[in-house]
Amino acid sequence: MEDKILLAHGSGGKLSHDLIAKNFVPAFGNPLLNKLDDSAAFELSGRLAFTTDSYIVSPIFFPGGDIGKLAVNGTVNDLAMIGATPLYLSLSFIIEEGFLIAELEKIVNSINQAADEAGVKIVAGDTKVVNQGSADKLFINTSGIGIVPPGVDISGANAIPGDKVIVSGNLGDHGIAVLSQREGLKFQVPVESDCAPLNKLVAEMLEASANIHSLRDPTRGGLATTLNEFAKQSQVGIRIEEENILINKAVLAACELLGFDPLYVANEGKLVAVVAPSDADKVLTRMRQNQYGTEAAIIGEVVNEHPGKVVMKTCLGSSRIIDMPAGELLPRIC
Amino acid sequence: MKFIDEYHNPELGKRLIDRIHHHSTKPIRLMEFCGGHTVAIFKHGIRQLLPTTIDMLSGPGCPVCVTANVDLDKAIALARLPNVIITTFGDMLRVPGSYSSLQLAKAERSDIRVVYSVQDALGIARDNPDKSVIFIGIGFETTAPTIAASILQAEQEGIDNYYVLPLHKLCPPIMKALLDLGEVRLDGIICPGHVSAIIGSYPYQFIPDDYGIACVVSGFEPLDILLCVDRLVNQIETGQYKVEIAYLRGVKPEGNKHALKLMGTVFEVCDANWRGVGLVPLSGLRLNKRYQRFDAERSFDIDPGPTHEAKGCICGSILRGVSTPQDCKLFRRSCTPEHPVGPCMVSSEGSCATYYHYGDSYGR
Repeated sequence: MEDKILLAHGSGGKLSHDLIAKNFVPAFGNPLLNKLDDSAAFELSGRLAFTTDSYIVSPIFFPGGDIGKLAVNGTVNDLAMIGATPLYLSLSFIIEEGFLIAELEKIVNSINQAADEAGVKIVAGDTKVVNQGSADKLFINTSGIGIVPPGVDISGANAIPGDKVIVSGNLGDHGIAVLSQREGLKFQVPVESDCAPLNKLVAEMLEASANIHSLRDPTRGGLATTLNEFAKQSQVGIRIEEENILINKAVLAACELLGFDPLYVANEGKLVAVVAPSDADKVLTRMRQNQYGTEAAIIGEVVNEHPGKVVMKTCLGSSRIIDMPAGELLPRIC
Repeated sequence: MKFIDEYHNPELGKRLIDRIHHHSTKPIRLMEFCGGHTVAIFKHGIRQLLPTTIDMLSGPGCPVCVTANVDLDKAIALARLPNVIITTFGDMLRVPGSYSSLQLAKAERSDIRVVYSVQDALGIARDNPDKSVIFIGIGFETTAPTIAASILQAEQEGIDNYYVLPLHKLCPPIMKALLDLGEVRLDGIICPGHVSAIIGSYPYQFIPDDYGIACVVSGFEPLDILLCVDRLVNQIETGQYKVEIAYLRGVKPEGNKHALKLMGTVFEVCDANWRGVGLVPLSGLRLNKRYQRFDAERSFDIDPGPTHEAKGCICGSILRGVSTPQDCKLFRRSCTPEHPVGPCMVSSEGSCATYYHYGDSYGR
């Protein structure tokens, strides 16, 4: 009876309070949250960064992570991608009636671990329970607040011809890891999600150089989408070289099988940086010293030609346009 | 997956490209039959690497694209039935039928699930005994054997809520139909790789024999395709037309006997409707008498209504190789991957989607 989430857990009554007191506060406990007031109040000074995201991944547990880890790291990374130092997060759970409390505990635990690693605090939260069928097990909405250090100005609109494009590692692990577990698509693949907090990597990159122009984590839509966004926002062309892009062999094999292009597959622990050419090597060296940037590489550069477009030189020496993807990736037939 | 690196080797690629440039003297036109080849050719920029003597045309080998509206409408009508779960390959979801698509039907609360393998469709039938589970059986000879196997397995396990909407098409008959139409002059055909893994290379023998056209079966990696083009150029330049296999790691001349036997057990050849071509004799597969009870069209009473073709869409003549996507007035204007008018813009292997994503000046 007690091992499943009931509608009453979201009613605001005793069961709600028990859930918060037993499951959430001990895990996330910090002075701001422990007060259990309607809002968390705190002092901040400087330029604030503020972001929000919702997590609806299916399945909620996947190789290399779960929806909780994803929610924390996704929000932390959104803040980090404009150079901000992430500080505080809110978490809002929408839980489907009947969800196992043991699974919720596992997710809370991984949220806690992810928050610890990233050095952020959960300071506000909410829980709603909906009827069976009205949500798919568990949805998490987050918001995050951080501070942008003085002098840091990072934007997708700041890329300048001549800049180097750096990717922090191999691509496509998260998308393939999640897809391999999805109903109707189950296949065995030795790939784990790359889900990771990138704020420390970014902080180290900022220490190494004041000339990082653009940063973004290539999540949904993959590297192709991020580069197209940069090219359009900055009205520049981007040229990349296929041979410099690192893709795990198992990811490549799965993509071949499914008819996907790994450049369009999601990542949750990688970043793309556009850096002034004079600082590119310095940034690269620093990135490779961080556990989430050991495989970082320069994959291309920003050019004056073909503004708004991304062009890749293939291994055979031909060129092809890397376009924005249209809609969801769907497996091919034969 | 060691094949991937080996078949992308830039040095070997350059050697093949040089050889093709060296041997190709007269202007020729080659057609890649298969949509998978079209994608690979554009993805690796192969057209740019070939000499100007070689003109490349895309053929009708995209199973989603050649599915006629009348058949899509049947799938959508089945999806709207109560207590039905439609299982389908993902590519089919967004293809517009006459007035709707499976994607729209899904948004309107039809239970439609994307599967990668027909075995997963069978699994869904096993897990949902109170629902009728229908698999949309599209594809060429590549997918037909696995669907045949699923039907045999359903029979063996006594799964009586599993059905297939059989829309399978056969490659050699449509090749013959296109050649008989005589709309495009061809010197050589890049024959499909996966289809040939099932049927072998013998069924193409009529192409060099009766039409004097070179035939080479190709794999899907860039070096496979370059080797295939090299063999085609060689046949055409020397005037020795035959069927060759440039994909020996995947294709035997006699094909896959086990798969062919499975197909023969469950299916029989029938006339089939092809988008852009119409009814082509003996170019499709339907369930034979013994397995008719698995046929969704026979088992459910549906009225798909009158069919309707989108105005201005020239997918049909693109599939016949008569037009290219750039010839279409809708291409990149009212027809885009986000808002596709015709199926060739939807399927990842459709010519229009491929030209759209990889085209421009870089695709040549």
